[in-house]
Amino acid sequence: MSAIRVIGVGNPYRRDDGAGPAVIAGLRRHRLPTVELAECDGEPTRLIDLWSGADLALVVDAVRSGAPPGTIHRRSLRHPSLGRAGGAASHAVDLGDAVALAAALDRLPARMLLYLVEAEDTSTGVGLTPAVGAAVAELVEEIAEEVTWHATQR
Amino acid sequence: MSHRHDRALTVGSLSRVEGEGAMHVRVVDGRVSDVRLQIYEPPRFFEGFLRGRGYTEPPDITARICGICPVAYQMSACLAIEDACGVRVDDPIADLRRLLYCGEWISSHALHIFLLHAPDFLGYPSVVELARDHRAIVERGLAIKKVGNAILEAVGGRAIHPVNVRVGGFYRAPDRAEITALAAPLREALAAAVATVHWVAGFPFPDFAHDHELLALVEPGRYAVLDGAVRTDRGLAFPVRAFEEHIREEQVPHSTALHASLVGHGRYLTGPLARYALSGAWLLPEAREAADAVGLEPVCRNPFRSIVVRAVELVQAIAEALRLVDAYRPFAPAAVPVPARPGVGYGATEAPRGTLFHRYEIDENGSVTTARIIPPTSQNQAAIEDDLRRFVQARLDLDDHRLTHECEQAIRNYDPCISCATHFLDLTVERS
Repeated sequence: MSAIRVIGVGNPYRRDDGAGPAVIAGLRRHRLPTVELAECDGEPTRLIDLWSGADLALVVDAVRSGAPPGTIHRRSLRHPSLGRAGGAASHAVDLGDAVALAAALDRLPARMLLYLVEAEDTSTGVGLTPAVGAAVAELVEEIAEEVTWHATQR
Repeated sequence: MSHRHDRALTVGSLSRVEGEGAMHVRVVDGRVSDVRLQIYEPPRFFEGFLRGRGYTEPPDITARICGICPVAYQMSACLAIEDACGVRVDDPIADLRRLLYCGEWISSHALHIFLLHAPDFLGYPSVVELARDHRAIVERGLAIKKVGNAILEAVGGRAIHPVNVRVGGFYRAPDRAEITALAAPLREALAAAVATVHWVAGFPFPDFAHDHELLALVEPGRYAVLDGAVRTDRGLAFPVRAFEEHIREEQVPHSTALHASLVGHGRYLTGPLARYALSGAWLLPEAREAADAVGLEPVCRNPFRSIVVRAVELVQAIAEALRLVDAYRPFAPAAVPVPARPGVGYGATEAPRGTLFHRYEIDENGSVTTARIIPPTSQNQAAIEDDLRRFVQARLDLDDHRLTHECEQAIRNYDPCISCATHFLDLTVERS
């Protein structure tokens, strides 16, 4: 089945770890007709179920790589892992592992784009830091344009 | 190294466990002097912020404690509040709760067996490498887990933090078609789970036995999940309402999780090994046959073989879910009325990792005045530390790298859920 799916990974109760779900919430307001939106806690089997069979999966997650907060790392499938937002993950396998597991099982989507937002604060609580909030707003517009363009190409 | 006089092993961040924690082992003059599970996830204060909330809110609030076993929190909370209000739900509601709970057991046990624990026994660093060599087996695990998630979605409304549960029952009883759609995938999962019992039973297991007192809910006639009284294998028996008289929680400096013990008895173990020892006679025939076929003894005291018991419980949960699905008829109303009344209520259920106790005190306005939650991992902490102490002592000839790996495997025997216990892992072994 041909499909475009956007998956927001993270925990909104660990502040900036909620960047992925916040992007999904923003995209819902765009009412994009041809795209499936999903939030995910990052548990790998659920992630694999969400993206397998898709023509294109866009995955948004928070990371900590040492870059300035709010930095958006854009990656193709070849270099999926930047690690995760340290301290926020209560799940046992990270996004990079989920991609590697899906690859071993031949359950990756045809194409995957990763948007990784550099987190500042992953302590308990809700709400994004200003830098991450601005990155989320930017990503909502960028992904809306991206999926709209892909939808017209099918 | 093993020839050193003093030795310390550290696991900085324990992998393939739920939550955040560390382990520190200290060896002095060839004796293990100290074993500490350090839980550094911040205390979650759930018991504190439940105070002042409405008496109908704890099932939704406490479900947030854990993304792996939210149903356990919802169910223990519902039972405790209904107990306080003097209400007992009807059989159709109780059966649908049991089906939902089976979904959580299937999903949680499949995750632990295939993704977290099996790689230890087969010499793989993670499930990714396991999948490269044994793709069909990992596919089997994911398929079983998906059936569990399908139950959670059909009954609970969604797979994580189900939204259809309320005090007194459910917001909506699913249509018959939504539930009967689960039958075919469950039948496939049953065969896959039986095959899983045979697969894990063939793993190489270290020769190790513990002597912990085993504690679980027991409901004569069936494998207890949502009902029953508390029993131990040393003859202690008490109703759920009396758990605070028998279970003591103490703070230890190295952990933000409390350590639990049995008054007059000391440390104990809850979870699959305890349930199987105390309720094994009441396994459904499919699960009993699978256990017998691989020669699982009536009481298994080797924590490494807990993966076999967990696989037997996977068969049990699937077989039971099938029965519940076949018998399901939609019912109305989907919940019984639970009018608030001042009092104290107690609830306990068998979460995938062990017995989960809740207690709430409700005032005349229907507000929660006090709350108490004792999750399985904090109950098992002392037992895990004791296992590690003896396990490391017998393996001091191993180099630090190997010993550290084996300690991590020993911890994963208990499928510890650190998120739940905070109120849990890095490993340090210090040889000095």
